Amino acid sequence: MKPFTYERAASPAKAAAAALATPNAKFIAGGTNLLDLMKLQIEAPAHLIDVNGLGLDRIERTDAGLRIGALVRNTDLAADMIVRRDYAVLSRALLAGASGQLRNKATTAGNLLQRTRCPYFYDTAQACNKRQPGSGCAAIGGVSRQLAVIGTSDACIATHPSDMAVAMRLLDASVETVTADGKTRAIPMVDFHRLPAATPHIETALAPGEFITAVTLPKPLGGKHGYWKVRDRNSYAFALISVATVIQPDGTGRVAVGGVAHKPWRIEAAEAELPKGAKAVTAHLLAGAKPSRDNAFKIPLVERTLAGVLAEARTA
Amino acid sequence: MKFDTPATTNPIDQLKIIGHPTDRIDGPLKTTGSAPYAYERHDVVANQAYGVILGSAIAKGRIAAMDLAAAKAAPGVLAIVTAANAGPIAKAKSHTAKMLAGPDIQHYDQAIAIVVAETFEQARDGAKLIRVDYERAKGRFDLDAEMKAAPPKGDEESGSKPIERIGDFDGAFHAAPVKLDATYSTPAHSHAMMEPHATIAAWEGDTLTLWTSNQMIAWAVRDVSQTLMIPKEKIRIVSPYIGGGFGSKLWIRSDAIMAALAAKAAGRPVKVALARPQIANNTTHRPATIQRIRLGAAKDGKLTAIGHESWSGNLPQGGPETATAQTKLLYAGANRLTATRLAVLDLPEGNAMRAPGEASGLMALEIAMDEMAEKLGMDPIAFRIANDTQEDPNKPGRTFSYRNLIGCLQTGAEKFGWDKRQAKPASVRDGRWLVGMGVAAAFRNNMLTKSAARVRLSAKGIVTVETDMTDIGTGTYTIIAQTAAETMGIPLDHVVVSLGDSRFPVSAGSGGQWGANNSTAGVYAACMKLRETVAVKLGFNSADAVFSDGKVGTGNRHVSLASAAKDGEIVAEDAIEYGSLDKTYQQSTFGGHFVEVGVDAYTGQIRIRRMLAVCSAGRILNPKSARSQVIGAMTMGAGAALMEELAVDTRFGFFVNHDLAGYEVPVHGDIPHQEVIFLDETDPISSPMKAKGVGELGICGVAAAVANAIYNATGVRVRDYPITLDKHLEKLPAVA
Repeated sequence: MKPFTYERAASPAKAAAAALATPNAKFIAGGTNLLDLMKLQIEAPAHLIDVNGLGLDRIERTDAGLRIGALVRNTDLAADMIVRRDYAVLSRALLAGASGQLRNKATTAGNLLQRTRCPYFYDTAQACNKRQPGSGCAAIGGVSRQLAVIGTSDACIATHPSDMAVAMRLLDASVETVTADGKTRAIPMVDFHRLPAATPHIETALAPGEFITAVTLPKPLGGKHGYWKVRDRNSYAFALISVATVIQPDGTGRVAVGGVAHKPWRIEAAEAELPKGAKAVTAHLLAGAKPSRDNAFKIPLVERTLAGVLAEARTA
Repeated sequence: MKFDTPATTNPIDQLKIIGHPTDRIDGPLKTTGSAPYAYERHDVVANQAYGVILGSAIAKGRIAAMDLAAAKAAPGVLAIVTAANAGPIAKAKSHTAKMLAGPDIQHYDQAIAIVVAETFEQARDGAKLIRVDYERAKGRFDLDAEMKAAPPKGDEESGSKPIERIGDFDGAFHAAPVKLDATYSTPAHSHAMMEPHATIAAWEGDTLTLWTSNQMIAWAVRDVSQTLMIPKEKIRIVSPYIGGGFGSKLWIRSDAIMAALAAKAAGRPVKVALARPQIANNTTHRPATIQRIRLGAAKDGKLTAIGHESWSGNLPQGGPETATAQTKLLYAGANRLTATRLAVLDLPEGNAMRAPGEASGLMALEIAMDEMAEKLGMDPIAFRIANDTQEDPNKPGRTFSYRNLIGCLQTGAEKFGWDKRQAKPASVRDGRWLVGMGVAAAFRNNMLTKSAARVRLSAKGIVTVETDMTDIGTGTYTIIAQTAAETMGIPLDHVVVSLGDSRFPVSAGSGGQWGANNSTAGVYAACMKLRETVAVKLGFNSADAVFSDGKVGTGNRHVSLASAAKDGEIVAEDAIEYGSLDKTYQQSTFGGHFVEVGVDAYTGQIRIRRMLAVCSAGRILNPKSARSQVIGAMTMGAGAALMEELAVDTRFGFFVNHDLAGYEVPVHGDIPHQEVIFLDETDPISSPMKAKGVGELGICGVAAAVANAIYNATGVRVRDYPITLDKHLEKLPAVA
């Protein structure tokens, strides 16, 4: 680990200002991902801004829906009665992720900002455009069973590892931020995570220093909520793929998929196929996928898993 | 004590303490975090500095240049050792690759430098600051590609020949009315033990002490001596607690050698632990195998031809994975062929992992037996029973010391509810789950090896046992205490056990499931010698003296054991040494594994529902610690079946998933229900303890039982481990 300096932020705007003013600064909240990456020197911030004490740990019902403070821990969010009742897919996605200990520390904003689990990103002896822009991508042509099948580029085939983000995308969440000059904005989840294109090291729409204060959810959708996470190990494993759904009594609904792309994958137009079944939805949702030999199974796996979620929604 | 005739009745047979499910005597230390593991020995020597090992970023080639300037200038850095400044060091015979490489590189993450600093973070940062220019050379990394060029190669250690033939395999296989010819593959596995390799090294003059984590203390002394070219007498190895080894700590590794070199260079003690990402590529692994099995049988189910050929790879001078070992002994059959072939691979060193040979071999053989049973229209248990043998198929007339494979299978079938299994695959459904049952035989040899101990009787009646035996989490402390207490006729809490120090008599060590039987037999031998001395001292005829309830006596005269030492401690030392009973008889352990799985009809995910192991392994010294060994091994077998694979990047030559996020091992959620049954038996030909090993038996066959259960659930046969959902997904019934 490289030596670093540390401060506790006094307010969200001051945190953003400090991050902008200090070269190579990072916010730290739960630290469940950042500390690991610092130990491996994949991340080597010169300065850490601790944002834990900013009072952003509340879940509030609003006229528009629900406002989740950036520092709300994954455990607390998953257990919240409103979330469990009205946004069950979010609760289920959270509980499918990590372990109890990690969820106790991990925060809502931190979860969105976690880095990929691509093994080549984690090995500093290997080329990785995300870790070292311009160095190449050792994962392409390498061991890629876990990696992305759609929205990839010649520079990167990493996936976003979050379960929570898939549910957030499904629910049309919005990410509220504050910038160094005190301005606030709301970034829709659809725009929050980026595809890798030629700059896989730029993972989100956040500007330098921009600080997440909350994630908001629109009014509840009703319907039946499902989150199926498919993995080799029954717990404490990243998804091979995951499927999040909200299905209405008339068979319409929403579908988002995790583990297939650099961001939670949702194509609204594909949802029109829901009444026709999983095959039709998947054909549209994953049209243009470019899997490797190792991960081509993800496409039929999405289809079959979606079929399972839909069957559950019909009967449960 | 020479053990060259079968054991008769002896003090162990009292079973007052032996054979009871005693809690671990070291349990409180472990549960309170106060058992001293190697990296935490802050107390043993002052002024410890921290060392961090830098591994090679290429798999094969050479270091063209190394720039240490930035690392040397970094805050806190005290010393840097590379091959260029380490002085002369050699490769120990038991190491396949060097513990410190340079300029030539033999495998990825091979140690090329160690940076010593005042703090761990400074050392780690310093190691990152070393700039290395490499010249890559072309390497061989793909077993599939190299197997064609792999010559036959036996195993020097076990003396197995590269190719063994009995009868006329080719003719019998050709003529067999029912036959199977199938190829299976097993991937490389990582030991993934909880405690990474770690060492604190300190020099006092020319004497080196290593507080380390090692299964075989005497081997460690030997290998440090060979590597550093210093006399064995100048080396002390201390390893009282070990956080798992599974074979990865049979030999000292780079942490120990690099710590020793670093301590010399820094002029002060140095502590080194391998980081988790270094375990996969810097240390050893279980090599991958490709196995072709051919079975021929008559229509009545009797095997007439058994052929098992295995391919594995290793660095030059490395050995093969002896995956055919069990096939020589498990089933009857007049015509047999076994062969091991070894390709050169420039991957990290392949070596022993829990049940080397059998674990991999049974993964293939016991699927083949399931396939063959189906071809014959026989129940897989009946098929195995029909082919049981009570003699070594290689040497007619040479019997097993004790063999009850049939009892394991029949007991297991009854307890598991095997009669409810549907022979027709894919015929049981439970909601969205396809459900199936599978069975496999377990087999692992029982190895006899000399083991010594010293025992001390104090005036307070406390017996202290000293032996360089190790407890790698297996419960050795406890069974040794039980042995001493039983033999000396004292309560368990009157025994103190000291292990893992090269100053103690040389034991069998921990490996090959030989530890429990041999080390306790050695302690028994030493205690019997102590009894003689005590008896003489107290004026008893040693043959008649009864040691019981802390007293020694015959007839009406009984005096306290402690009184024998009232004038001073009494010390006795002895070893168990074996004659030729393991030549006269084949000594092996047996078992039956039963598994029920569910396969998600939609996603293909495989979830174990319940597991049962029935073991025939001689006397069980402590049913509680033995059960822990077996359930741990069953869990490891479940991992091998379903998820464990060191994934090879065949372009760059390394194991890619080199951490515990990428190399998945089972968690509680994967193992809902496990049961272990030990058949009540003794094996007097094994040792005075009449015990054998269980720690490796427990993994043998598990993965095949899982595989067979999956097939029974789905009707899709997967012969390529691990059986992950992608390998059967598209062959599962369609879903709407």
